[in-house]
Amino acid sequence: MPETSAGTLTAPAKPAKQKPGGTLYRGREGMWSWVLHRITGVAIFFFLLVHILDTALVRVSPEAYNAVIGTYQTPIMGLGEVALVGAIVFHAFNGLRVILVDFWSWATRHQKVLFYIVIALWVVTMLAFTPRHLINVFSH
Amino acid sequence: MTAIEFSDRPRRRGVNLEKWGWIYMRASGVVLIVLIFGHLFMNLMVGDGVKAIDFGFVGGKWADPFWQWWDVLMLWLALIHGANGMRTIVNDYTNPGLVQKVLKGALFAAAAVLIILGTLVVFTFEPCPVGAPADLLPSFCAA
Repeated sequence: MPETSAGTLTAPAKPAKQKPGGTLYRGREGMWSWVLHRITGVAIFFFLLVHILDTALVRVSPEAYNAVIGTYQTPIMGLGEVALVGAIVFHAFNGLRVILVDFWSWATRHQKVLFYIVIALWVVTMLAFTPRHLINVFSH
Repeated sequence: MTAIEFSDRPRRRGVNLEKWGWIYMRASGVVLIVLIFGHLFMNLMVGDGVKAIDFGFVGGKWADPFWQWWDVLMLWLALIHGANGMRTIVNDYTNPGLVQKVLKGALFAAAAVLIILGTLVVFTFEPCPVGAPADLLPSFCAA
């Protein structure tokens, strides 16, 4: 593609501030739900690889397993588990949204509303999980 | 405006693997929600949560075939779901060629090795290993 403004320093007159919209998708709920679904999916995948290996230590010895699982009970990892559960819960609820959008024409038309319902259900679930988990991590 | 040309060739015969992959992601996803939410509830919410997890906790759980099969089913469904999702991402961000082949090969190898490893661990698990300190073992080992 040739640069049409090459050789000049004056910027061409821009039309009034353009939003990167123009589609029903880009920059909107549909895109952000997709971005979050990807990021949470990749994060969960790499955790899963580690989690199978650490659990496999039960086959080595009780001491080996307890040593590694003990690191899951530290405050920093406790906070990491909140992030992990947050990622899983979002991926789960948004995955249900994807299925509804695929198979049900009402949901296809209302995918934006469904995104906010996913967010609301995520908040409710995390409110139920986080205090209980953090009490377990930071007490005893 | 020229009309879009459609090929006269018959559709490729045989199994449409991409279609079954698409179906698998949705079917396994629904089952995984039940399995993983149950897993998280049992291990993080009940009792002392993460603080209660140790060798004895795992031994107590896997003494019951119900939890053995729960975990093995979760292992297979989750790893295939995750590896297939990663394959989609590799397809999106790489061009066909050696790098793409290597990345997909690594995903396949990681999933295959961990599925075999995890399945063996669950079904060959020894909850009362000889010579291990009794206080690290599930309570039923003493009997």
